[in-house]
Amino acid sequence: MPAPIEKLLSAPAELTDNRASKCPVVLMTRIRLARNLANHRFPGRADDSERAEIFARCRDSLATTPGLKRSFSVTMDELDEQQRQLLVERHLVSRELADSKAGAGAIINRDQSISVMVNEEDHLRIQVLRTGFQLKKAWNTIDALDSALESSLNYAFSSKLGYLTACPTNLGTGMRASAMMHLPALVIVGHMEKVVRAVNQLGMVVRGLFGEGSDASGSIFQISNQTTLGETELVIVKRLQSVLKSIVEHELNARDRLLENSPGKLPDKIGRAFGILKHGHLISSSEAMNLLSLVRLGVDLGYFPEEQRLAVDRLFIEAQPGHILHRSGRPELESEERDQLRAEKLRSEFANFTPPNYDSVGLN
Amino acid sequence: MASPLKCDLCDNQATVHLTQIVSQKVHKVDLCEACAQAKGVTDPGGFSLADLLLKASLNPEPSAASGLRCEQCGFVPEEFKKTGRFGCPACYEALTGMIDPMLENMHKGTAHVGKVPEHAMERKQLEDRLTTLETDLKGAIDAERYEDAAKFRDEISQVREEAGMAKATSI
Repeated sequence: MPAPIEKLLSAPAELTDNRASKCPVVLMTRIRLARNLANHRFPGRADDSERAEIFARCRDSLATTPGLKRSFSVTMDELDEQQRQLLVERHLVSRELADSKAGAGAIINRDQSISVMVNEEDHLRIQVLRTGFQLKKAWNTIDALDSALESSLNYAFSSKLGYLTACPTNLGTGMRASAMMHLPALVIVGHMEKVVRAVNQLGMVVRGLFGEGSDASGSIFQISNQTTLGETELVIVKRLQSVLKSIVEHELNARDRLLENSPGKLPDKIGRAFGILKHGHLISSSEAMNLLSLVRLGVDLGYFPEEQRLAVDRLFIEAQPGHILHRSGRPELESEERDQLRAEKLRSEFANFTPPNYDSVGLN
Repeated sequence: MASPLKCDLCDNQATVHLTQIVSQKVHKVDLCEACAQAKGVTDPGGFSLADLLLKASLNPEPSAASGLRCEQCGFVPEEFKKTGRFGCPACYEALTGMIDPMLENMHKGTAHVGKVPEHAMERKQLEDRLTTLETDLKGAIDAERYEDAAKFRDEISQVREEAGMAKATSI
């Protein structure tokens, strides 16, 4: 394996190692900006040499941008499928980029809170990730980064349509702001459908953990703005913020109601999840997500110490298939072997977990 | 007799019709049974509906799209129907007739009110100024107003210098 990717994988990262801003319900916040260079064809239509030229130019500009010094630069063709999968599971590159041809790559900063994809659907997809609920902070970071980058890259911009993007659904601000929400109680009481519909009405979209078309295992949903043209970035961010706040409230209310109406239900689910994680020998990735989801709920309810939330969030990523395969050091694994290794990893992590204490008072 | 509606995703007859109101705008999508199944539309908990509706709004009106072509990259509207993406930034100006009606249903508004990239605007202003001056220069030469022509020529080299400086800082 080439050295840079190994270095990146072992460095402490925002999502898996930043204890400070972990909170109930909101796993992480993300904002991305779509940007293109003037006078170049969009990546889907550019030939290999133009894509290579675009990559080189963007990489050079990014390397001198404040906040991205000493960052990692990787191209997709220098990585094998396993390594690309690891980046997807860490939310650093999209599946689309991982499957892309020549000239596709990413520039990722040290703590993996900033990742700029080059030659995905647009020339640049600038992304800022923050653990917990930090939309405003993420916006300030990405706004400054984008402005700095713009001084050395000639963006395609029209005063009428804003930032010009390959797909017209991203025109205007080119911004998609989102949060990963952990909503187990809303799923259990069967209210998710209502939430999805209400959120749609407000111009927001609900997706699974890995974006368009992915499922909602672990009761984790990505909620983001749908439209990008006709409003300022701050108006969009503020509206999303208030929608997210009200979803958090609904989730917390659903938890309270569950505890009140059937007091045994949540402790039972959480206790069983803990038992399987601690003693299971074959665990699929979607089962792992669902079990970890219940343990995170247990942390929110005060059954487990607060510090263990960080470990759960880290395991959400490390229990994914690519991470299990990488940890095994083997080129490939049968699915049963993978489930066995996943269970082994989870057993060893949960051996050190403080067992649940159902008498402690929850956060609710 | 009106021809039966075609599925938005393939050419089969549409039998599933969905209407949803998003941000006070009506969105409609027509699908055949197979596509509806494949997209999880029939699953009551499915949340792919919003993405699907957004994609449906990408269908250009055939009449608005005919005969258009982007001179910069050779892109024609038929390709958009296949990929849902344009060829280059200049397509937006070349294919305005097809894009404008599409935007109405897609976004909150049809005009950008957000962030403006300072440098890109400066560069654009200089370019526009240069174009105007070059036209003026040609007009002056044609009319044999040589004093004016000399003035325009000086101005052009001055603007070029400024633009050159802007370029020098951009790599």
